Amino acid sequence: MYRETQILNDSTAQLAGPDGGDMVINVGPQHPATHGVLHLVITLSGETIKKVEPHLGYIHRSIEKMCESLSYRQFIYVTSRMDYLSAHINNHACALCVEKGLQVEVPPRAQVIRVLMDELTRIASHELWWGAMAMDIGAFTPFFHAFRERESINDIMEETCGARLTMNYMVPGGVMHDLHPNFQQRVKDFLQLYKRKVSEYDELVTGNVIFQSRMKNVGILSADDAVSYGCTGPVARGSGVSCDIRKLHPYEIYDKLEFDEVLETGGDSFARYMVRIREMNQSIKIIEQLIDNIPEGEFQAKTKAVLKLPKGEFYTRVETARGELGVYILSEGGTTPYRIKFRSPGFSNLSVLDTIARGGKIGDLIAMMGTLDLVIPDIDR
Amino acid sequence: MTNDVLKIKLAELLPAATFEEGTEWITIQLSPQDFSTSMQLLYRDDLLSMNYLFCLTCVDWKTHLTMVYHLTSTTHRCPLVIKVKLENTKPEIETVSHFWKTAIFHEREVYEMFGVNFLNHPDLRLLILPDGWEGKNPMRKDFEDPVNMIKL
Repeated sequence: MYRETQILNDSTAQLAGPDGGDMVINVGPQHPATHGVLHLVITLSGETIKKVEPHLGYIHRSIEKMCESLSYRQFIYVTSRMDYLSAHINNHACALCVEKGLQVEVPPRAQVIRVLMDELTRIASHELWWGAMAMDIGAFTPFFHAFRERESINDIMEETCGARLTMNYMVPGGVMHDLHPNFQQRVKDFLQLYKRKVSEYDELVTGNVIFQSRMKNVGILSADDAVSYGCTGPVARGSGVSCDIRKLHPYEIYDKLEFDEVLETGGDSFARYMVRIREMNQSIKIIEQLIDNIPEGEFQAKTKAVLKLPKGEFYTRVETARGELGVYILSEGGTTPYRIKFRSPGFSNLSVLDTIARGGKIGDLIAMMGTLDLVIPDIDR
Repeated sequence: MTNDVLKIKLAELLPAATFEEGTEWITIQLSPQDFSTSMQLLYRDDLLSMNYLFCLTCVDWKTHLTMVYHLTSTTHRCPLVIKVKLENTKPEIETVSHFWKTAIFHEREVYEMFGVNFLNHPDLRLLILPDGWEGKNPMRKDFEDPVNMIKL
């Protein structure tokens, strides 16, 4: 018997009250609002949500197991397929972890390039989220606006990295090759374009009365719950929990840069929305500081052709667009990792969905899910 | 809080714990018997207040399993790694999901991937694997699937 049928039978048997009982409905795995193959089993009493149960595994590729048979140079490429909207940042986390094991110093030019790429990725990811978020609650136009701007970032990436979505640019020791000669000019053009568009976004969506009334006081997440459920990134920062790895445990050159950790205290969907909107501006600020100051020099440190990590364990954390990504490598001294664990931000952020959705209305569930910014391959791995 | 202060404090709080040397973060090993009370102490202690479990995983060493918990606090931000050695054949350990709710999902993942039984877990079911999964746990080192697994 299918699991869903089982749940349906169980729940109608248990929950059926005198008024006919509760209803169990399935959202997904093929549903436009779940942004991928996520399956939610929702128990409803009328319109009120009593329980949300996520079912995972539809896109599980067992990346952790796969990495156990890949060398330290190879496994980084697989990780682009985890959180495909933050491919650069995933690669960055893995590269940092291998460098920690090898004790390699990354040249300053490579560090700046990495940070630039990370922040461009963050903007692109938040852009896509913003478009999809607006579409989730019924506004279709913002989706095209978001994709128009995101397209210019993709073009910049394509020129330098050769790929538009699953880039494999960061390698242990630095980046794979030098920047494209057009890079600086194109990023500057993008910044100019983007600044003109930001006010347009606010006019179109943020200030909209209907949008605000659908987002405010919906899906409230308390700060205690955010910490207990291991929420990170904009989800936790929307509840006022300071958790930006770039500030708390700076890597690369983040400690020398001027930017603010965006915090909101509302804890509702609107607070999470505002965190991401404001975070895009902080990323712009970081890019502006760096784009004219890319130091000359090597883009990659000299490393051996075959990498061997010493026996031990290495853990690095970076801030992706969705939160804290942790890479835990356990090495036995060979050319492949003995065990690798990716602590993905989406996995923990998803686990809080049941808590924030309970007592809410089914019509708001999609808005709540939208503000969690779930990327399913990141959750399933 | 620095690693040294944390180490002194831990030695006072958990006399049964053994420290691992040469690690970036303070790493302690606990026995499955002391585990539950020790985790409670770490969570409840005012100075340590380890309220954030940022990673929970398991390692298969072929002869035994090791549970690895990465803890930190939102006040002092000094990470602590806890390891518990479990036997290979019938691994069992007390759940920590009463203290850190993130463990509900993470323990379900370890349960299906490694076959560790978490005692008193509120909802220990398969999370990622399909219903009716039979056979060995996929993340164990001795797992073989001639059809779907590609060996490189």
